[in-house]
Amino acid sequence: MELSGAEIIAQFLEDEGVEYLFGYPGGAVLHIYDALLRADSVKHILVRHEQAAAHAADGYARSTGKTGVALVTSGPGMTNAVTGIATAYLDSIPLVVLTGQVPTGVIGSDAFQEVDSVGISRPCVKHNFLVNDVKDLAETLKKAFYVASTGRPGPVVVDIPKDVTDPNIKIPYTHLSSIEMRSYNPVTKGHPFQIKKALELMLRAKKPVFYTGGGVVLSNASSSLRSLVRQLGFPITSTLMGLGAYPSSDEQFLGMLGMHGTYEANMAMHDTDVLIAVGARFDDRVTGHLEKFCPTAKIIHIDIDPSSISKTVKVHIPIVGDVDDVLTTMLEMLKDSEDKVEQSKCDQELKDWWKQIKQWRKKNCLRYNKKTKTIKPQYVIEKLHEITEGDAYITSDVGQHQMFAAQYYGFDKPRRWINSGGLGTMGFGLPAAMGVQLAHLDKTVACVTGEGSIQMNIQELATCMQYQLPIKIINLNNRYLGMVRQWQEFFYEGRYAMSYMDSIPDFVKLAESYGHVGMKIDQTSDVEDALKEAFAMKDKLVFMDFITNREENVYPMISAGKGHHEMELAPDSELV
Amino acid sequence: MRHIISILLENESGALSRVAGLFSARAYNIESLTVAPTEDPSLSRMTLVTSGSAEIIEQITKQLNKLVDVVKLNDLNVSQLQHIEREMMLIKVKAPVSARDEIMRLSGIFRGNIIDVTDDAYTVELTGTSDKLNAFIASFDCDSILETVRSGVMGISRGSSALHL
Ligand SMILES: Cc1ncc(C[n+]2csc(CCOP(=O)(O)OP(=O)(O)O)c2C)c(N)n1
Ligand SMILES: [Mg+2]
Repeated sequence: MELSGAEIIAQFLEDEGVEYLFGYPGGAVLHIYDALLRADSVKHILVRHEQAAAHAADGYARSTGKTGVALVTSGPGMTNAVTGIATAYLDSIPLVVLTGQVPTGVIGSDAFQEVDSVGISRPCVKHNFLVNDVKDLAETLKKAFYVASTGRPGPVVVDIPKDVTDPNIKIPYTHLSSIEMRSYNPVTKGHPFQIKKALELMLRAKKPVFYTGGGVVLSNASSSLRSLVRQLGFPITSTLMGLGAYPSSDEQFLGMLGMHGTYEANMAMHDTDVLIAVGARFDDRVTGHLEKFCPTAKIIHIDIDPSSISKTVKVHIPIVGDVDDVLTTMLEMLKDSEDKVEQSKCDQELKDWWKQIKQWRKKNCLRYNKKTKTIKPQYVIEKLHEITEGDAYITSDVGQHQMFAAQYYGFDKPRRWINSGGLGTMGFGLPAAMGVQLAHLDKTVACVTGEGSIQMNIQELATCMQYQLPIKIINLNNRYLGMVRQWQEFFYEGRYAMSYMDSIPDFVKLAESYGHVGMKIDQTSDVEDALKEAFAMKDKLVFMDFITNREENVYPMISAGKGHHEMELAPDSELV
Repeated sequence: MRHIISILLENESGALSRVAGLFSARAYNIESLTVAPTEDPSLSRMTLVTSGSAEIIEQITKQLNKLVDVVKLNDLNVSQLQHIEREMMLIKVKAPVSARDEIMRLSGIFRGNIIDVTDDAYTVELTGTSDKLNAFIASFDCDSILETVRSGVMGISRGSSALHL
């Protein structure tokens, strides 16, 4: 087959089985767009801003495990996409972003819409490529998909100069079914000796805790994790990124840990003697003050990325490997020591540990006053859980609403909780929800957001209309940049510098102007019925503007410099 | 502690900036860095001298290994093997008639070669460990040195073990 560069891209995406391409056209990618018209199996989704293209591809990737793909033009198209690329990078999401570039002959001359895309993206990609010659195009694309999706996943940028896609230059094309790279060989198998050593330590533990993160989700290790944790009878906590990998409704689950984690999870972290970290990276929002972190624990760390190990916290037994692979090996090894497992389970010490944990649980740290007339954001999320039967895909933006969603939705399945944990990107929620909805056309998708965040990519309401995406937007409208306001209340004596939003639009009218349904809800007593009504509209996007309690704070909270055991709970006045 | 890290990387545009970018992004320090193609023109060999605590050096080698363009690397200071390091310097000094004998004598002692001579300046080529080069510089007074150029350190392990594909 003789194809031009542009046709190679279109054909390659078809051959690679890419379902959706999220993009926005411009001069440097016109040849590609023209060729795409004939790529029937690749559906192009026209977003309204390139940041949204990257986020939508990201949402698609997070909810399916497949690689998300975006296409943007050179210059401003590429720079607009950077925030989305960095968001995927910090959460290790497999993404391939194709960026147009000025023709090779004028690179470096400050040509119209020229930026150094490889240079700009370098610190926030797993890898990037500049394709200098159409002969390298197919192989480079294959490499990009391979690097993005294997090992610790991440975004890959492929920068393609316009002349490389010239429709008049045709070369032979065949689809490579696989590729090898001498400089890139990610490890997947954990070392059996290390795994054995870890298991021995686990079976001798008196106060063990599993601490699991986004790596469990990325590695599709949810079912092996469940089996292992249940067999051992150990308590388990999860990071923000790992929620859903282990069912929240399970008795052994202690809730999320870290800055806004539960009392029982954080206290267990502080007292544990054997910490089993699985696909988690000891982020500062999780560890609190490092010197006070798990003072009495021996630490086992399973991670596919060697550089995650002992980066901030020194670990005792590192296991480098794919999480699912390592956990499966552990389960096999456990079969051979069944009596030891039984012993460990009946162990008085483990029983005492659970007794202690139950004591902590009694604090009921997520309690809040449900009898207020003004709407509590926590209540909206609890009702959202009820009405969607805990089975919705929930995307979120960044702020208090994100924490409330994480704390109160109770995720039972992996890949249902889609949020920007690492970069904390306001504006992620709505475009990510588009990617999720497209990947799961018949499933319920809700975007939990705030009046600040939603305005960062509000233009995507148009995309949702164009492609008939029936997303439910849950806007927890506190008329504040709430998370900023909370910090100002706590640490700046209540001086609310620039955290108040004036001139907030009428979201109902706004939604309607795009052709969607808008609803405004301002009383607790209306929350449930409104949600029922909205979710009954299966084929409509409904923008639900919940006017919530203005100065609600997120609790529990670990302040800067504090350890897990020093977290603050909501003041008693709140806990009625 | 000072570490010499030998790196085999893809000889591709951008590979060098990935390494340099990693060091600036993570605030690691680079004392010197040399790079040139190997006998296989698709590969470059880099020698990087850095310093830091054991934890930092461990992170540096892990982060370098993570770069897709890095094929292989070796920390010459932690491997069981001994290593050899060399650095080359060109140093141009003022050479009034009264100083010429002394310059030639010093070059002789340090096993340097005088590779360029003009009316008023000599240029000496010298190879050795960084300490040796420093000692040579120190044997001149500052005023008489016109210019120095140093290659940065190159390192290689001793014996038959080698950093190759
Ligand atoms: C792009 C971006 N800019 C700034 C911030 C800092 N920031 C974090 S939370 C927050 C407030 C978010 O306000 P809103 O969306 O209304 O959510 P709320 O906290 O009120 O629930 C801000 C400004 C950010 N995370 N992302
Ligand atoms: Mg708000």
